[in-house]
Amino acid sequence: MADTAVSSSPAVAAAQAAPVASGTLLGAITGRLVIVVPYLWLLVFFLVPFAIVFKISLSQTAIAMPPYTPVFTGMSDFAGKIGDFTADNYRILYCDFAGLVGLSGARAYCESFALDVFFDSPYIAPAYVSSIWIAGISTFLALLIAYPIAYGMARAPASIRPTLLMLVILPFWTSFLIRVYAWIGILKPEGLLNQVLLATGIIDTPLVILNTHTAIFIGIVYSYLPFMVLPLYSSLEKMDYSLIDAAQDLGCPPISAFWKITFPLSLPGVVAGCMLVFIPAVGEFVIPDLLGGSETLMIGKTLWNEFNANRDWPVSSAVAVILLLILIVPIMIFQNAQARAQEQGR
Amino acid sequence: MSGNWTRFNIVSIVLGFAFLYLPIVLLVVFSFNESRLVTVWGGFSTKWYVSLFNNQGLMDAAWVTIRVGFISATVATVLGTLAALALTRYTRFRGRILFSGMVFAPLVMPEVITGLSLLLLFVAIGLDRGFFTVTLAHITFSMCFVAVVVQSRLMTFDRSLEEAAMDLGAPPVKTFFQITLPVILPAIVSGWMLAFTLSLDDLVIASFTSGPGATTLPMKIYSQVRLGVTPEINAACTLLIAIVAVGVIIASVANKRREVQRARDEQAAQRG
Repeated sequence: MADTAVSSSPAVAAAQAAPVASGTLLGAITGRLVIVVPYLWLLVFFLVPFAIVFKISLSQTAIAMPPYTPVFTGMSDFAGKIGDFTADNYRILYCDFAGLVGLSGARAYCESFALDVFFDSPYIAPAYVSSIWIAGISTFLALLIAYPIAYGMARAPASIRPTLLMLVILPFWTSFLIRVYAWIGILKPEGLLNQVLLATGIIDTPLVILNTHTAIFIGIVYSYLPFMVLPLYSSLEKMDYSLIDAAQDLGCPPISAFWKITFPLSLPGVVAGCMLVFIPAVGEFVIPDLLGGSETLMIGKTLWNEFNANRDWPVSSAVAVILLLILIVPIMIFQNAQARAQEQGR
Repeated sequence: MSGNWTRFNIVSIVLGFAFLYLPIVLLVVFSFNESRLVTVWGGFSTKWYVSLFNNQGLMDAAWVTIRVGFISATVATVLGTLAALALTRYTRFRGRILFSGMVFAPLVMPEVITGLSLLLLFVAIGLDRGFFTVTLAHITFSMCFVAVVVQSRLMTFDRSLEEAAMDLGAPPVKTFFQITLPVILPAIVSGWMLAFTLSLDDLVIASFTSGPGATTLPMKIYSQVRLGVTPEINAACTLLIAIVAVGVIIASVANKRREVQRARDEQAAQRG
């Protein structure tokens, strides 16, 4: 690989691994294009935007359009303006967090930057915390509900498995917004669920579910259930069920066979499914906004409000950067699971 | 015992599917409700569909959404297929880890982050927010979904077919179009459909990256939903579900027909 040192851009270097059977020049060129085109697109529209978010999280809020003072506009400008970077937005988050955990020593520090209002009434840090536990509980509930479904599908006669698979995927093709919206009509005090429960005499007074955490749990579990079922199904389907027979022949009770054989073997599916639910759920906006009411805090909603209602782009950028840092570990776990699945499929 | 489909398996599947489908069914049923109250049945009526088609704002938004979906799905399918080829065919190239990271990360990235970062990019390079920027944003996240769908098909693809074609002197590009493409075409088609529905569906990223004059249908629906549940929105949602359902059914019927044809061809080949 001596020639890779010559090229500077990773995208160009990317293409230098020769395609397996390209003897011709044309083949080599198309081989390069296959890598370079999507590579450049993702660099420009996925990676560079993150750099910009980070940059803007370090700039000052301004009442203008766009509502921030540019830290620097080009690389030549960079050196001259390096002093203009401000940690203000992160200081706000720090004071907010210190206020939440009651870090009394931090109050004077926040006061010196006139940020004691964040210390006294934190609203960003609580949103992070509640997002993580709401997403965590929802992920656990989704796993609990999805596992029997996936297991049932994996044990179904092979002839109907494709149909079952299609039926799991189908709701995913209908709009997310519509599926969340459908729950409003079911969960509201005079909604269908309460009508049924009242009519059957199970309850006397309508349940208050809409605009509570319960509604958010239902919304997340419902919307993300296919994401949990599919990876579980694919690992359960591959399983060798004669192992269970062997265990039972040797006198192992079914429940203990499940925990000792089935569950460990389905672990890759469990990990992938949990990550596919947990990560987007932490940053979820639509579900808490429509089902959770005004008092539920979730970070996706906070970021949205900071950005659209308060028009504070630098602070919302800082919120996004911290959210990304929180999610980086689960994202890495997801990436590894994907890479391993890819290796196995080879 | 095991090897059987137990009663527990059947019950959990039935309950699971009831949970998945009941809300959608109820939504569709109540779009035909005479009463303005969404949750009280007042008789069958299609009047909400009539008022829907007279709602110019919704119709305009639907047209914007369809155009954005069509363009973004098409470009995303090309880019996503290239990305899938790059990931499966080129196992060693510099920056491959970064590349596969950039393909997989958008699948789980919270939409608020993607939306915010793309908006800041468009502001930084001075692109006016509107139709063009939403389309760019949709291409970016949906190409990754296309890449995953096509990649899973490519991994089960029998490479010896390609090698045979090239041994017989077909150049790589011709081999791709005559051998590889027809085989992976079903995956590319479902990738396109997935990209189209994702675009049709997206609220958060569109809200960040769209501008005046390019309000998409989910944005319109969202702003009305916040004011309360109305039968007209139920009707709009039902139409969207119907469009998607028809698309999926056509695709699966076509797929089935192709499989039957293939099985027949194979039999004929064996007999001959």
